[in-house]
Amino acid sequence: MLNLMGLRLIQAVITMLAASFVVFALAHTSGNPADLMLPQDTTPADREVFIKRMGFDQPMHSQYWTFLKNALRGDFGTSIRTREPSTKLVMDRLGNSLKLGTVAIVIALAISVPIGILAAIGRGNWLDKSAMSFALFGQAVPAFWAGIIAVLVFSVWLGWLPTSGAASWKHYILPSATLGWGITAGIVRLLRSSMLDVLDSEYIKLARAKGLREYIVVWKHALRNALIPVITFVGFMYGIIIAGAIVVEVVFAWPGLGRLTYEAVLWRDFPVLQLSIMVWVALIIFINFLVDISYGIIDPRVRIAR
Amino acid sequence: MNGAVSPAAIGRRLVRLQRVYRALETLKSAPKIPTAIVGLSIFLAIFADLIVPHSPVDINPREGELPPAFVSDGNWNYVLGTDRKGRDILSRILTGTRISLAVAGAAIVLAGVLGTTLGLIAGYKGGWVDALIMRVVDGMLAFPSILLALVLAITVGPGFWVVVIVLVLIVWARYARLVRGETLVLRDRDFVLLARVSGASGPYIVIRHILPMVMNSVVVLSTLQVGWAILVEASLGFLGVGIPPPTPTWGSMVAEGRDFVESAWWISVFPGIAIILVVLAFNLFGDWLRDVLDPKLRQL
Repeated sequence: MLNLMGLRLIQAVITMLAASFVVFALAHTSGNPADLMLPQDTTPADREVFIKRMGFDQPMHSQYWTFLKNALRGDFGTSIRTREPSTKLVMDRLGNSLKLGTVAIVIALAISVPIGILAAIGRGNWLDKSAMSFALFGQAVPAFWAGIIAVLVFSVWLGWLPTSGAASWKHYILPSATLGWGITAGIVRLLRSSMLDVLDSEYIKLARAKGLREYIVVWKHALRNALIPVITFVGFMYGIIIAGAIVVEVVFAWPGLGRLTYEAVLWRDFPVLQLSIMVWVALIIFINFLVDISYGIIDPRVRIAR
Repeated sequence: MNGAVSPAAIGRRLVRLQRVYRALETLKSAPKIPTAIVGLSIFLAIFADLIVPHSPVDINPREGELPPAFVSDGNWNYVLGTDRKGRDILSRILTGTRISLAVAGAAIVLAGVLGTTLGLIAGYKGGWVDALIMRVVDGMLAFPSILLALVLAITVGPGFWVVVIVLVLIVWARYARLVRGETLVLRDRDFVLLARVSGASGPYIVIRHILPMVMNSVVVLSTLQVGWAILVEASLGFLGVGIPPPTPTWGSMVAEGRDFVESAWWISVFPGIAIILVVLAFNLFGDWLRDVLDPKLRQL
């Protein structure tokens, strides 16, 4: 286990370095990064001063080296828009995103796992059919549109819930439902088909033949095996979750990392964008790690193989 | 050549005709509404310019925010109403079909060719080539495309090919993984061993004997990716890092109406419905195609 953690840590460091380098290189491919950061109407003299101050006149490798040295001290430059340190801006917002994401995933799992199982058990009945229709729709409705419609119906027309912000638990309902909706649909669909495969297998027949109670067969023997492809799926889904988080935070004016990333693009605030992306990558590495650990918990074969 | 056609050539033609006929026969069992929407959207993507009742880009400030025809004080001149700048929503949605399908089509063709080629190589060669390609595939599958799109949008500047490249970078890995898996199995089948014994070269075996066997899966995967590609393109458009204005895209149309849903809900609502209909139709059509061509791909 410790070996595995050590290996993961090294991989994480390498991935972070690669990500930082890609972002850094992209900023330099399109000419001097000063042009990314300065407004269009900057005078040439001001541009020279800015380039000197930011060190953009240095050779590439020494610029990257300076960037790394500063990054290790937690200094990722100053926001071009607010003149605050990027690190402070990002850390202030990160907590809100994590809270929203956690609520969304917990709700999505709480709904999708029972529905996926019940749909597989009652293959072809009304619950299965409505679950499959729901899953099909969930994968076709874009999160940004669902969010706007939810605001229109529940906030504007019915007046039940607030349109934006993150002040109370009521503020969590619409954003987390919008974010969780697509995830729920994906898990229902996958868990159902994976459950159907497992329920058809020999060891489930054996478990039934030796007279185990049906709920033990389903919830213990079948579910554990059926969950493996679902976890792989959740692991691969963070791309969608991140895209969803950015879009949902924009729609609901949620003060999180997603909206900060979006605003950084809008204002061409490169230092903030760069750090935001590094933090997203770190989050992905962490989710990956959780996925790996949960494989071991659910499937003992994985533990032995290591 | 002219005049005398050998019996063998006639036979080949007949076989080909029979195949086309069978394909058309199979299409009869396709789900009707999704297939119709898929066909209609492809038709619109090609002929939108000829059908649109109004210009999708010309600004017309005096006709701004007109409600759709079926709402009170609506106007049949603008069936789905107009946006803030007085542009006809229906015309913009019809034109937007072209962008959505062009992006999805270009990305899937490029990614399909790239991913299939690398998947064939990885599966047939094995060894370190396989290991290297599959490492890259795992990395790409885990990569959050939206972040790359955001960075590219401000460094390179947004545009059609930026969106296509972002999509290709993620989708090719799915093809590579699928094709590699199938190639691994096919490589040890008797017909491949026979070809090798009779002295066929590696590239010849892969193109002539293995590629035709994996084509069904590639086609099915492609159909199932269209809906996904349209959704990603729309999300990028919504965030303002897709194809820049004035080109109408479904995602950017939803974004334009976002701040005005209270007074003019139709600006955002109709483009969203267009996205849902087309994505749903392609997904249902893809599901059907998979069941017909390649039922073992049920997990896709």
